[in-house]
Order: sequence, then structure tokens, then C-alpha cells
Amino acid sequence: MDTESTHSGYSYHSSRSGRSNRHGDRNRERHKASSSKDSSRSERSVVINPPDTPSQDSPVHNGEPLPGEPTPALDHGDEAQDDNWGETTTAVTGTSELSISQEEVVGLGKEIQDRTQGFRRYLPLAVGSCVGLLVLATPLVFLLLPAVMWPDRLQTCGAACEGLFLSISFKLLILLVAVWALFLRPGRACLPRVCVYRAFLTTLTLLLTMSYWLFYGVRILDAEDEDYHGIVQFAVSLVDSQLFVHYLAVVLLELRHLQPCYSVCVIRSTDGETRHYNIGQLSIQKAALSILEYYYRDFPLHNPSLLSASKHRAAKHLAGLKVYNVDAPGNTAGAQPSNGNQSRAMVTAAAKRKDSAHNELYYEEADYERRVRKRRARLVVAVEEAFTHVRRMKKEDERATPSDIMDVREAALAIFPSMARALQKYLRTTRRQHCHSMESIQKHLAFCLVNNMSPKAFLEAYLAPGPTLQYGPERWMADQWTLVSEASVTSGIKEGTEFLLRCLDFNLAVTIKGIPYIRLTEEYIDPKSHKFLLLLQSETSV
Amino acid sequence: MSFVPGQPVTAVVQRIEIQKLRQGNNLILGFSIGGGIDQDPGQNPFSEDKTDKGIYVTRITPGGPADVAGLMMGDKIMQVNGWDMTMVTHDKARKRLTKKNEDVVRLLVTRKSLEEAVKQSMGGFPRP
Repeated sequence: MDTESTHSGYSYHSSRSGRSNRHGDRNRERHKASSSKDSSRSERSVVINPPDTPSQDSPVHNGEPLPGEPTPALDHGDEAQDDNWGETTTAVTGTSELSISQEEVVGLGKEIQDRTQGFRRYLPLAVGSCVGLLVLATPLVFLLLPAVMWPDRLQTCGAACEGLFLSISFKLLILLVAVWALFLRPGRACLPRVCVYRAFLTTLTLLLTMSYWLFYGVRILDAEDEDYHGIVQFAVSLVDSQLFVHYLAVVLLELRHLQPCYSVCVIRSTDGETRHYNIGQLSIQKAALSILEYYYRDFPLHNPSLLSASKHRAAKHLAGLKVYNVDAPGNTAGAQPSNGNQSRAMVTAAAKRKDSAHNELYYEEADYERRVRKRRARLVVAVEEAFTHVRRMKKEDERATPSDIMDVREAALAIFPSMARALQKYLRTTRRQHCHSMESIQKHLAFCLVNNMSPKAFLEAYLAPGPTLQYGPERWMADQWTLVSEASVTSGIKEGTEFLLRCLDFNLAVTIKGIPYIRLTEEYIDPKSHKFLLLLQSETSV
Repeated sequence: MSFVPGQPVTAVVQRIEIQKLRQGNNLILGFSIGGGIDQDPGQNPFSEDKTDKGIYVTRITPGGPADVAGLMMGDKIMQVNGWDMTMVTHDKARKRLTKKNEDVVRLLVTRKSLEEAVKQSMGGFPRP
């Protein structure tokens, strides 16, 4: 236990439930069997496992048991081996057990689900390339078929046709690049429904091509037209129309999004973090996608262990109120008033207890602030002192003994232990110790040393929670988002649209307002009209 | 002491004669002036009418020549050695007071208490 905990009821319970989070977290992440926990628990040694790269199929879920639930005693062993890397000796052991736990089976199920998702991911690409091939091949076929089918009766045309051939080839090249740029790029997300505009554009393209084929078949193939110049012009007109359809696609798919029309307010449900963005005209699912991209950039990492204190308070408040069911069968009408009196007494007693709850909250928060500041001061001093021990090698140091010269990784490892304890205590106080592993801290330290950063620059990553993408992929949960909306998700966003983006343990509530119509008037000021008077009140002594 | 444009200004004045004191290379009078037609009349603490752009005495060195001669703070200087001071710039007023070839300046100053005194003295006697 930390010596710093003051054993007020709340902090003890909240830190305990926080530890149980990390238990679930660590278990799933590392697939460890229980035997390694038992062996290390007795020795208090740290097991350093190579950082595995958990893929999307085993996401980390900081699930939160309700406070008050009995947490298993195994927690202590688990946390000892995970978080005391600043205080205890290190011993590297191998992890060879391949026993499968409950969580792994769940992870397997998710893996299967992801493989089907992979099929959906490549469907638009497949459709796009088919349509693109059709679009590109059609004019060429139009040109080649007469030359193949009735070459002897074909009228040769001179320079005009050659000019048209050149223009067809360049336009087809541009169309190829443009179609690739707009439709054949790998999608960056998997949306619940098909994009309406893409479907519309695909249909339009196919319609256009089919009608051209129809005309070609009837007028040219059946009639065996001999005017090759006319056929070439027909093919050129098809390519032109396809280019215009592509222009329409650019406007519909790309340009409409850029002009900001709506102001979006995004609120995280658990801690109330709010951000505002301006977006253009999009469908609800596309708007949700761009909001999620902003979420990963702007919102600080979601930390469920910071919310346990308020949940504990709420639970305590509810525990004081007992609700009786006065309509239970067997209760006569005469018993009702007494039950009502009883519950009213309960409510007033709970209200009296509520009077001291704000007092407790105030002192607890003041105490927490003080503790965090004290830890932070110790941390800053420790880091500054650690940074003074290492210096970049200069020319005159080349004569130093080779044992003193280290590369950046060794230098980081050398100065890390002096600040490790202070850093770990600070992270524990601010309940962010599960976000940073020892390897990530050493890596960051090496990065700062290479780039000649000051100790303050190194510390900034740990003093405040950064955006979600800064941490490892196990925190992203990028495949766990659900869009909950009353309107159809392919309809466009309007003023007053509201929807919810649900992740595992928190929601993002999104409300949309329109940007107001701004009326700007002008006023002309003649530059010669800027004239000034000097108003002084000087006092001269004579 | 406001003036009506186009009408002559009348005021009750007191004649004060100040002997300049030689201090090193300078001849000093021992008071400070403020005001002038190029200044902001609203900031004058001594004038009754805040559009009055006349020259006012803002400070008097105690024991200096002006104090000895009876000049008081808040006096409006109407003439200096015959030269008018009611419509001059601040710098012009300073120059008129600090001419090196004059040892004596004869000022005509007015103040509110003079008006009061005259009114009282005139009102006390029945007019013949």
C-alpha cells in the first residue's frame, strides 16, 4: 500500500476499484495464466513481459464493477507484479503458458466477426474497380469493333481522327487517374450503410454507359456504319460525358463536405468533455465518422478510474434511501399511510446525510489537489536531477573511456531508475498508471534525449492526459463504435439532429446546430478623415 | 468668467507686480501656469467654466517671488506687462512671462473671490 493514502473512505475504495480495473485489463492483454501470478505474488518480483501487440480482436475493456462488490483477493498479486516496477527488483522470466482463459474465448469470437468485416471492407473497392474497368474499356471497344468487324468498308479519316485519337487517349488517362483517386482508394472506415451518393453515381455511370452501348449497338453495329470519323466522335462524346460525371462525383463526394454549414457539439457522457466543430453537409454516418476522427485527435484519453469517486458517492446516497413498494399484494389501505411516513422519514434522513456529503467532497478534493501537487513537485525535481546526469557527447569527450560512452537506449536505461519511483507515484495518484508501461516511458525518454529536450518537455506527456491516439492501440477501441440514431443514418444532417456514438463504457452525445446566416455590411472610411487633436494639459513653471 | 464671442470681456482684476529672482543663469518667477488655446480646457481644475482656455496659475512655490507678491493658486492671468493672455497659446504665455530682458512682470489677475468681494461691497451700500 502507498504510504501516501490518507485512508479517507472514498480514496481507499476508489483506488481499490481502480485496481480491479487494471486486473481485468492486464489479464486480457497479456493472456497470462494464473500460475505465474501465484509464484510472483510471494516473492514480490516483477515479471517483465515483452510488449505484445494486441490486435483489434482483443480489445481492452476497462469494465467497471460496481463499487461495493467484493473484488477478488488475487488483485493484490496482479498489481504487485505490474505496477511496482519503480520499487522492486526486476527479474525476466519467460511466458510460455498457453492456457486459454475465458477472455480469450470471447476474443476468438470477435476475431471471427472481424474476418467477415474484412469482406465488407473490400466490397466497395471491388465494385469500384469493376465499374472503372467498364468505363475505361467501353470507348476503346467502340473504336476497335468497326476496325475488326468491317475493316474494308471503313472510310479512313485523316488528321481530324488522329487529333481525336490523341484526345481520347489523354482523356482516358486522366479518367483512369481520377477514378483511382476518388473511388479506388482504401476506405478509412466501415460505415453501417452504403453511401447514397456513391450508389447514385455508380448507377448514373452504368446508365450512361448502357445507353451509349444501346445507341452504339443499334445505330452503328446493326447499321454497319462506314463513317469512322462519326464513330470516333461518338466515342469521344462518351469519354467527355464520363468526365463530367466524374466532376459531379468530385462535387458531391468531396466538395460538399468542405464548406462548413453546421456546428456540432460533442459531449462525452462519463466526464462531460465537450468540444465543438464545424462540418459541412454530410450524411449522418459520414458526420459520425468525421466526428470520431476529431474525437481521436482532441479528446483526452477516457479514464474510468477517475469516475469511481462520484459513482461511490452516488451509491452511498442510494444506500441511504430504501424504497418500499406500497402496492405489494397483501398491504391493506390502512398500512399505506404508515409506509408513506416511513419512506418520508427515510428521505429526510437521507437529506440530512446529504448535508455532510458536500463537506466531505470539498475536503476530499482539496486533499487530493494537495497530494497531486506535492507528488508533482517531487517528480519535477527528480526528473530535472536525472537529466543533469547525462549529457550529449562533444568532440573533446572522445578521449573518455569507452565504458562511459553509451548509446541513447543505454543512457535512458541509466537515468530511468532515479526518476522511476517519483513518476510511478505521481501516475498512481492521478490514476493514470495503467496508460503508461515501463517500456513506453523508456522509449519516450530515449526520444527526448535524442532530440535534446528539456526535462519539462519530457514530463509533459505524463502530467496531462493526451489524445487517445497517443497511447497504445489497445486503448483505441476503434472497432467498438455503434451509431445510435433515430433518423436514418444515410439521411443528411439538419439543424437539430441528435445522435449517439456508443463505445463500450461511454457515449458521445452529438447535437447539431446550423451556423447562422451572417449578414455583413460595409462602411467606407476616407483615409483623409483620420484627423486628430492633441489635447494636453501641460504645466510650465516660470 | 466665460466670454461671449464678440462682446468685450469684463472682469475684476488685481494688479500684481513680481520681481524676478535670479537663480544661476535663469530669472524665475516662482509659479507654474497651465492652460492656453491649444490645451484641453476640460482638464483645468481651477476654471469655473470648463471651456475657458485662459492661462491659470497652477502652482506657487512657497516663499518665491510670486508668493511674496501675493499671487494665489487658481488665479487667471489676464495681462502680462500689457500683453493680453486670454487668447494665447501655452507656449506664447510662457515666453511672455520669461523674457530675459525684463526684471519685473506686472500681471493683471482675476479670481472668483475678487468678484465676490466687489459684489458684496457694492451690494452693501444702497445705490444713490
